[in-house]
Amino acid sequence: MKKFKYSEITPEKIYKNRRSFIKSIGLGASSLAISTIPFANKSLANDRDKLTSYKDITTYNNYYEFGTSKGDPYRNSQIFKTTPWDISIEGEVEKPIKLSMEEISEMFVSEERIYRLRCVEGWSMVIPWMGFSLSELLSKVNPTNKAKFVEFESIYDPAQMKGQRYPVLNWPYNEGLRIDEAMHPLTTVVTGLYGKKLPNQNGAPFRIFIPWKYGFKSAKAIVKIKFLENMPTSSWMWASPREYGFYSNVNPNVDHPRWSQATERIIGEGVWAPRVKTLMFNGYGDEVASLYSGMDLKKYF
Amino acid sequence: MKKYLKPGVFILSTIPFLLILYKIFLDKLGPEPVKEITHFTGEWTLIFICLTLSMSPLKRFTKLSVWISFRRILGLFVFFYATLHLLTYVGLDYRFNWSPILDDVMKKKYIFIGFAAWLLLLPLAITSSQKMVLLLKNNWKKLHRLIYVIAIFGSLHYIWLSKTILFKPLVYLIIILVLLALRIKIKNRNVNYG
Repeated sequence: MKKFKYSEITPEKIYKNRRSFIKSIGLGASSLAISTIPFANKSLANDRDKLTSYKDITTYNNYYEFGTSKGDPYRNSQIFKTTPWDISIEGEVEKPIKLSMEEISEMFVSEERIYRLRCVEGWSMVIPWMGFSLSELLSKVNPTNKAKFVEFESIYDPAQMKGQRYPVLNWPYNEGLRIDEAMHPLTTVVTGLYGKKLPNQNGAPFRIFIPWKYGFKSAKAIVKIKFLENMPTSSWMWASPREYGFYSNVNPNVDHPRWSQATERIIGEGVWAPRVKTLMFNGYGDEVASLYSGMDLKKYF
Repeated sequence: MKKYLKPGVFILSTIPFLLILYKIFLDKLGPEPVKEITHFTGEWTLIFICLTLSMSPLKRFTKLSVWISFRRILGLFVFFYATLHLLTYVGLDYRFNWSPILDDVMKKKYIFIGFAAWLLLLPLAITSSQKMVLLLKNNWKKLHRLIYVIAIFGSLHYIWLSKTILFKPLVYLIIILVLLALRIKIKNRNVNYG
């Protein structure tokens, strides 16, 4: 399993109809079997490549700017203002530029990109994003020969983001990538999901998504992209350098200091579904492993 | 009236259990149900630890000995919810797949201390009957002071597993420390006056 094409994945509606059909057979046909219990029909076996429901993707989020519990981003982001929105690309570049969201959506064509999101907390979703490769955007500037890293800075607006009124993290949220990681075709600028406009709680209007890294690497509501000579210190590295490294590639063999990363739970699978094994680079090893050849990934976690 | 009190406490103590059963069977646990059950049973274990530890201070403040008669039931519910919590983790979450579980117990300090706390609860649950109280005499009291250690372990377990937000775990630690501190006072008084 690597990437899935949209056609390979059962759409949410058909999937649900199928389930309720199976369920109704189960209910009707068996008088003594366990399947008379309603929940027993609900996925006992995992289907790890099935799309996560729109509801789960948009109501179960880690986005501390809007609050620390999973339902907070949905609840607290609905009136967040995403227009006007400018993104500046600066730092070690020959000519810094500033683009509005309108300009960006005119310049680049978004396509459907279905990727697995693996959270560092040990759960995963399969999300049909809309977006384009970040490299397309970054190629609009010429980095100087000093540039080695790219930093992403999210918006700082405590009036609108009540989570930022508390020093939970070092605001504004920032993340970083090595230039080759940022230029990799899988590194995506996300503009939508499920064919719709990107909801605020998922990082609107402009977020990135790096499928082979833990979810927190994919910064949301970005306003600044900065080319740097030195490796930036991300918000999570500030919070706990021992637990969150710069690379944070999905790696079942390198545990978080406090919990295992060998397995994950698939969101939406129900109480009785087992954990599944986490895949190296979240299943994108064929595409990205070469970025790290010769590196000790235990050391550079 | 008095004879209804203990059954009343028992029935009230089962409410969290009934609530989680209701949520499980009616699918009301959200996208990560196993985590919800784990957190729910873990938190209720801590709440019952606090309740158990509150009985003797309440007796002292209200000068009513009836509180002491609830202690055993509440203590047994600590064991009940702690066992559900452990079973959720071992059975529901890890499917009795022992190698990752053992790995966690050895490598992760919050799991180690949580498991240790549950092991320490075992002798307390086994010796909870009136018969055992009589049989063990003074040793019974000494043995059951283990609950102080268990309470501290339990709150550390919660603190160490939290990602960054420590507010709630710290509240539990503070409550437990206050409840323990109240006991030190009792002891000193006994020494002073006795």
